[in-house]
Amino acid sequence: MSDGATRTDLEQWVRAFAQQVDDNKDLLTELDAAIGDADHGANMDRGLKAVLVAIEQDPPATPATLFNKVGLTLVSTVGGASGPLYGTLFLRFGGAIGEEEPVSPARFAAALRAGLDGVVARGKAEPGDKTMYDALAPALDALDSALTDGAGWDVALQRASEAAESGREATIEMLARKGRASYLGERSIGHQDPGATSAALLVASAYAALRDCA
Amino acid sequence: MKKLINAPEDVVVDALQGIEAAHPELSVDHAHKIIYRADAPHTGKVGIISGGGSGHEPLHGGFVGLGMLDAACAGEVFTSPVPDQMLAATKLVDGGAGVLHVVKNYTGDVMNFEMAAELAAAETGAKVVSVVTDDDVAVQGSTWTAGRRGVGVTVLLEKIAGAAAEQGRNLEQVAEVATRVNANGRSMGLALTSCTVPAAGKPTFALGDDEMELGVGIHGEPGRERRPLASAKECASLLVEPIVADLPYKKGDQVVCFVNGLGGTPLIELYVLYNEVAKVLSKYGVQVARSLVGSYITSLDMAGASVTLLRVDDELLKLWDAPVRTPALRWGI
Repeated sequence: MSDGATRTDLEQWVRAFAQQVDDNKDLLTELDAAIGDADHGANMDRGLKAVLVAIEQDPPATPATLFNKVGLTLVSTVGGASGPLYGTLFLRFGGAIGEEEPVSPARFAAALRAGLDGVVARGKAEPGDKTMYDALAPALDALDSALTDGAGWDVALQRASEAAESGREATIEMLARKGRASYLGERSIGHQDPGATSAALLVASAYAALRDCA
Repeated sequence: MKKLINAPEDVVVDALQGIEAAHPELSVDHAHKIIYRADAPHTGKVGIISGGGSGHEPLHGGFVGLGMLDAACAGEVFTSPVPDQMLAATKLVDGGAGVLHVVKNYTGDVMNFEMAAELAAAETGAKVVSVVTDDDVAVQGSTWTAGRRGVGVTVLLEKIAGAAAEQGRNLEQVAEVATRVNANGRSMGLALTSCTVPAAGKPTFALGDDEMELGVGIHGEPGRERRPLASAKECASLLVEPIVADLPYKKGDQVVCFVNGLGGTPLIELYVLYNEVAKVLSKYGVQVARSLVGSYITSLDMAGASVTLLRVDDELLKLWDAPVRTPALRWGI
C-alpha cells in the first residue's frame, strides 16, 4: 500500500514552513519584542531561507538526509536559542525518520516525538514554561491519539494543528520560566510566546503540506 | 529610525570591515564573523574567546588584543553567534594550552557555546573550559528563570582572565581566576530610553519622557520595574543598594567600581552618576580601589547606565593593572 509521504512531500512541509514564517515574520518579531528581544521573526526567516538555498544547491536524496541538512543549516544560521532548538528538533527528526519512503503517519509521528525529546534535552523546558514545547507537546499527543483511533494523515494532522494552536493560545496566560521572557516575571503574563507561535506554524505547515498524502 | 548605516541587514558585516580597517593589529574572518589577534595563536598561552550578539560594542570585539581576548565572535544584533563561529575561533586561537570560552548567561549563548565546545572536543580534541557570567542582581528568583544575566562583570572578567593568560598560567588557573571574578562581581542597570534594533526599525519598548526602567538587561528587554524619572543621586542609590546587599559587600572591602553607559548616555552624565555612586559606597565603607567609567557594554542606542562592583584582593588588582592593548581598553603599554 502507498500509505505515506514521499521525500518530496516532506520537502513540501519544509517549504510550507519557510513560507509561513516569511508571511508571519513581523508578527513573530512583534511578539518577541513584548517579552524577548525582537528578533525571532528575522532569525527564523533568515535560517529557513538558508535552508531553501541549501536544499536547492544539493538536493538531499532521502528523508533522513533532507532533515539532517535542514537541522544543520538552522544551527549554523539562526543563532539565539531558536537555532540550537529548531536545529536539534530537525536533526533528531532526521535521525528517526529513516532512509525509506514513503513514510507512514506513525513513523512521522515517532520522528516528531524524537525531535521534541531533543528540544527538551537541549532546552530543559517543562510543560507550562511558556516555550515552543507548550505548542508542540499537545500537538504530538493529539497526533498520536488520532493515529491510535485509526485516523489518516488529513484528520490526524488537522487535530495536531488545532492542538498546537490551543497550546499556543494557552501560553498567553503562562508565566515564563525559560529564556529571556523569564526575566520579566509576572510581566510575561498576557503575552503569547513567540516560540510557541512559530512551533504552531510548523504543525500547521505539516497539515497543509501532508494532508493529501494517502 | 535615524541610524548611520548603509542597510539594516549589513550593519554587522559593515562594522566588521570597519574594525579591520581601523585596527591593523587585528584580523577579521569575515565568513565566520570573528575578530582575532593578527598574531594568534600564541604557542603555550591559553587562548580566550568570547562572543555574543552584536549591538553591545565595544564588547566583545573591542577587547581583542594583548592582555585580554584572543578572539571574539559576532552574532547578528542581539542574537547569539552560532556554533560554527565559536568552533572556528577556538581553532584559530588554540596554541596548545587550551581555550577558555567566556559566555554571558543567556539561553541562546549558553546553548550555542555548548554545541561549539562539543564540536571542538570531537573535531580537534582541543581542551575547552567555559565560564558563564551571571552578575545581574535585577534578576530575582533565579530558580524560576533562565538565571541571572551576564552583564558588566563580563568586561572586567575578560580583562583579568586575559592578564592571567598573558602571564602564562594554565587553563585551569585562568578558569579559576575567571570564576572568582564572576563570583565577586554584581551589577544593576537602568534605562532612560529603549533602543532601536536596526532590523526592527522602531524602539523595542515605549518609555514615557518622565519614566525610567529599573533592572534592564542589555537587549532592550524591559526591566523589572517602571518608575518615575529620578535624579542621578536617587538613581545611584537604586542601583548600588541592591548590589551591595546581594553579595554582600562589607565595610572595608576593596572594589573595582565600573559605571557603564548603555550607548546613548554621554560621558558627562556617567561622571555625574559616578560621583553619586562613590558617595553611596563611602556610606557603606566600601573602598574603591580602581574605577572604570565609560560605555563598554552597551545596548545599541539605549540611554541609561549600569553599575558593576567587583570585590578584589591584591592578586585580582595586580591582574587588573597589568598591561592591556585593545581598541577599547589600553593601559600599561
